[in-house]
Amino acid sequence: MNALSIKARFPILQETVDGRPLVYLDSAASSQKPDAVVEAMRDYYVHDNANVYRGVYRLAARSTERYEAARARVAAFIGALPEELIFTRGSTESLNLVAWAWARQRLGPGDEILTTVAEHHSNLVPWQEVSRATGAELRFIDLTPEGEITEAAVKAAITPRTRLVAVHHASNVLGTLAPVKAIAAAAHRVGALVIVDGAQSVPHMAVDVKDLDVDFLAFSGHKMLGPMGIGGLYGKTALLREMGPFHTGGEMISHVDPTASTFKEPPQKFEAGTPNVAGAIVLAEAVGFLEEIGMSEIEAHDRALGEMAAERLREIPEVEVYGPRGPRTGVVSFNLEGLHPHDLATSLDSENIAVRAGHHCCQPLMHHLGAPSTARASFYLYNTEEDVDRLVEGVLAAREFFGHVLR
Amino acid sequence: MSLGELYREIIMDHVRSPRGKGSIPTPDIRVGLDNPTCGDEVVVEARLDDDGRLGDVKFQGEGCTISMAAASMMTETVTGMTLDEALALASAFKRMLMGEADGADLGELEALSGVRQFPMRVKCASLSFTALEKGIQQAKEASPDGDQ
Repeated sequence: MNALSIKARFPILQETVDGRPLVYLDSAASSQKPDAVVEAMRDYYVHDNANVYRGVYRLAARSTERYEAARARVAAFIGALPEELIFTRGSTESLNLVAWAWARQRLGPGDEILTTVAEHHSNLVPWQEVSRATGAELRFIDLTPEGEITEAAVKAAITPRTRLVAVHHASNVLGTLAPVKAIAAAAHRVGALVIVDGAQSVPHMAVDVKDLDVDFLAFSGHKMLGPMGIGGLYGKTALLREMGPFHTGGEMISHVDPTASTFKEPPQKFEAGTPNVAGAIVLAEAVGFLEEIGMSEIEAHDRALGEMAAERLREIPEVEVYGPRGPRTGVVSFNLEGLHPHDLATSLDSENIAVRAGHHCCQPLMHHLGAPSTARASFYLYNTEEDVDRLVEGVLAAREFFGHVLR
Repeated sequence: MSLGELYREIIMDHVRSPRGKGSIPTPDIRVGLDNPTCGDEVVVEARLDDDGRLGDVKFQGEGCTISMAAASMMTETVTGMTLDEALALASAFKRMLMGEADGADLGELEALSGVRQFPMRVKCASLSFTALEKGIQQAKEASPDGDQ
């Protein structure tokens, strides 16, 4: 794949500051959007905007048709059926949906929820709150010192009391991949469900929920070239059917009496109120863009850049790169000895290189790694080897500039 | 955008040899604050003189160059001030960071004026001052008839 020609299709990456183009290395936080996606947003509002399901006029029918076509396309992208995909605001809402509509209703004292300290706060805090509300115990799968989940650790942590296993697919800090398929198999053996945070995997590799055999999968549209405020939750049909609703109100009901109501079948049961129709349609456009390039191509490209960046940063003696060597997504966390990552990020920003600095919504993982915070570079399909060069040069320039304060 | 405008020599000097770093055995004021976006933490402690002035001010913490330099400068600048003087200074300092300069003499703290070009770093620079403000408010509430 030709990253340079792909980059040319992203308008924001053509803009310059002080004559220098933006080197955007924060796609793990949010991806940039190709022209086609930006145009699709305008196209929807110019030609097809109306509320869905409600109107009998042709415009409303067109909007509804496009919304449901988007659902089918995005569902197929993760190997799911349309009725198995709920549109949400993103991974955080998807995870909270399961916490409220499933976990809080089904769990109690004596039950165990299993997770890891490597989770994004969005896949940890909801389970802490479920634990407090229900009395179910929150337990943790041991990580390797470098932050990886091993199959042996999963097997050691699962007990007959385990009811839910909540894990990331790809780490947003280390770029490591969790053995999700093995985790699902081990969980199912004791009758537990598995919810996977796919926010960092769905944008970067082919994910097939049937092959992984997970019960729920959460993902965010804005990290996969789509707009902010749209994402998805995959759930197995039988589970979605037996679950009660999350939010209640318009369009999720089938009949309303003054004191009680019945609800629609999934996915509508979980989509109360006017959904983000434009977001869903534009996300489908983003999915089309990714499919045109090919997910296995994108996975190989991101991984190659991530590994190249990790290797070249490791060559700088004062740089520590976190996480194990070997297979990863295009996410690399690192620190320059003696310098706070905020200062490193500001220094890189002065060269028009955008990286994230901080705890990455993963404070327990930072503690596990023994680093209060890190700088993080994350690569995507529009990044090039030249971007890796610029990053390494930028880190060397920071070392030079701050040299006299570094200890 | 120039790094030199933000990281002036005087800031680097405070980072290399921080002033007022440490703790006070039985402080009259003690406030810990963290910056949830980056995990930076600062604890500000102060002892009040008999006349109610800030007799000794110390900080501890982990953070970036800007937050640590600002904390170091803060301890130097506010020592000897009355609580109201320190509050006024904190307020004027924050206005400077927001680019609302009003001619107040901020002394050495003016070296941090470059932060205004880096909006994401304003919180770093103001963290220790916010902790001090909070501590002073608590001290005032604890003894409303104090000699201020």
